[in-house]
Amino acid sequence: MSMATSDLRVVAAPATRKAIAPSRGGRPWTFYVLAGLFTAYVIALYGPMICIYILSFQDVRGGLVFPMKGHSLHWFVDLFTQVRTGDVKGSFDRSIKLAVLVTVITVVISFMAGLGFRRRFRGDGFVFYMMIGSLVAPGLVLGLGTGLLFQALGLNASWYTSALGAQLSWTLPFGVLVMFAVMSRFNNAWEEAARDLGASRWQAIWLVIVPVLAPGLVAVALFGFTLSYDEFARSLQTAGSLNTLPLEIWSMTLNVTSPSLYALGTVTTIISFIVIGVSLGTIVLIQKKRGSRAAAG
Amino acid sequence: MKIERGDIELAGVCKSFDGVTNVVDGVNLKIEDGAYCCFIGPSGCGKTTILRMIAGHEDPSAGEIVIGGQNVVGLPPVERRTAMMFQSYALFPHLTVRDNIAFALRVRGMSKTERLKAADAMIEKVRLTKFADRLPSHLSGGQQQRVALARAAITGPKVLLLDEPLSALDEQLRVQMRQELRRMQRELGITFIHVTHTQLEAIALADLVVVMDNGRIKQAGPAREVYAQPLDRYVAEFMGGQNVLSGRVEKVNGATFTLVQPVQGAGIEVPLQARKISVGDSVDIAVRRDDVELMRPDAQLPPGRAAALSARVLAIEYQGAFVKVMLDAIPDDEFVAYVPEKTFFSDPLNVGDVVLATWVADRARALA
Repeated sequence: MSMATSDLRVVAAPATRKAIAPSRGGRPWTFYVLAGLFTAYVIALYGPMICIYILSFQDVRGGLVFPMKGHSLHWFVDLFTQVRTGDVKGSFDRSIKLAVLVTVITVVISFMAGLGFRRRFRGDGFVFYMMIGSLVAPGLVLGLGTGLLFQALGLNASWYTSALGAQLSWTLPFGVLVMFAVMSRFNNAWEEAARDLGASRWQAIWLVIVPVLAPGLVAVALFGFTLSYDEFARSLQTAGSLNTLPLEIWSMTLNVTSPSLYALGTVTTIISFIVIGVSLGTIVLIQKKRGSRAAAG
Repeated sequence: MKIERGDIELAGVCKSFDGVTNVVDGVNLKIEDGAYCCFIGPSGCGKTTILRMIAGHEDPSAGEIVIGGQNVVGLPPVERRTAMMFQSYALFPHLTVRDNIAFALRVRGMSKTERLKAADAMIEKVRLTKFADRLPSHLSGGQQQRVALARAAITGPKVLLLDEPLSALDEQLRVQMRQELRRMQRELGITFIHVTHTQLEAIALADLVVVMDNGRIKQAGPAREVYAQPLDRYVAEFMGGQNVLSGRVEKVNGATFTLVQPVQGAGIEVPLQARKISVGDSVDIAVRRDDVELMRPDAQLPPGRAAALSARVLAIEYQGAFVKVMLDAIPDDEFVAYVPEKTFFSDPLNVGDVVLATWVADRARALA
């Protein structure tokens, strides 16, 4: 054995070429190209929005284009006080209520679909593709159809009936798809173990399935909320006489010519960020709570 | 009627998932109260399905399952007084060790202080007190197994069903936890039914070993009986430790018969053991690998030898206590001798050597 190693020492020459992994510090040129591309993408993504946010903080003299004229919160006050700008408060109220309604229905039905699709059943493929189908259908057409149907049936279109239905046709498939991804990590033996230990079906769901899936359910809720909150196409023909917020903003672009339009954009963005922040925060909190309890032991 | 004993009887139990093929095909078996029973067989042989039917997670397509004198078909798991320990344990990932173990008491509506007290007592029993507040994902495999055991045992079941409980552990831990299972079974004094595909595990643990194939029981009996006296070729080959030879009966002479193999000319003498065998039958026989002795071709055969198969050494594996010598004594099938280490190294063989494989005549057994 010792002879063999000494032989090797004579034969083996030092490596002249590097291993495939790049050494530390020296980045390939592709890194800089891709980094540049990504930077351009980020600018294109956030640049226009940031312009709007900046322009919303002008003072009374402010207009719709740069340059910026002074800075104040004038247009935010204007937004909520002047009737001239439209029914911002009312539409905001409706949008939030609608989004909450959509979220609850989406979470409940997606959860049940997730449980149902764990096993194959007769016609499961058909049900699945029917559901995916409404993702592909153009939103405007779907909204138009829903509006027509309500008219044909002699029902009044309103945000909490026809618009709710039209929006669910969009949020449900999304919610169910997210749920499938979540369920793929669910071990059916957990439910079986719960039943084995004497839990009723309801106890198995409330004490095991829901808590285990909680982070996933929050993600589904987030999807439902944001998709509904900024939905335009499907609401346009279905919201009836009272506008939701995106519809109100749209109509404002047609007749409001002051930076209060921009102020509205800033406010809705902040709300979106709060919703996303709260959702992600909840997920992190659930994770952390489990982690810290573990660390304490 | 409440079930108070853990004796189990399976009568004509069948299970079919598609209505065409039976995954479990007419199983009859009696397991005594407080026995340690191992079901063993290759994957897909129906052993886990039987376990799940006893647990109440599947209903049999036909037949009866009797626990403690009561037919339990159709009853939910709780009323059967069974508890199951799932493969890879299925511990609830969002609950601490204590809450996992207390789960069964929680769903029975026991008050929080009471159930946590009971859980803590159980935690003590499986020596996990230090880890009571941890989540399952922060435990080692062996600790997880103990939690699973404690969680299943807390309701005081009469039968504990274990689905491949050791398969998730590495080799060293497996041997260690094997002992722990046996200890717990003695301590709890209840029936354990353990499904495995590892022969060593089954014979090391079980009072009753049940060998299965294709939904049927091939042999059921004490570990030593199943290992040393396999009924047929399947059991002999599956449990290992046996050489199986097949041939034709040339003549029957009193208490023995002579078997002739297709290739090797010399006859092998095999005790009859009250078997009905007539000339011309095709018969399989088994010879334990550690009963086979290897001799140099020029050595003098001691008296009482059944046969002397001439063979070439194909491979040699050192196993510590013995040396495994593989021979080409029978075509298309392996023939192995376990030679005690000391015997082997007093005259070491090399690959390619020609030897005579021989054994004492009454060691060979005719198989069904």
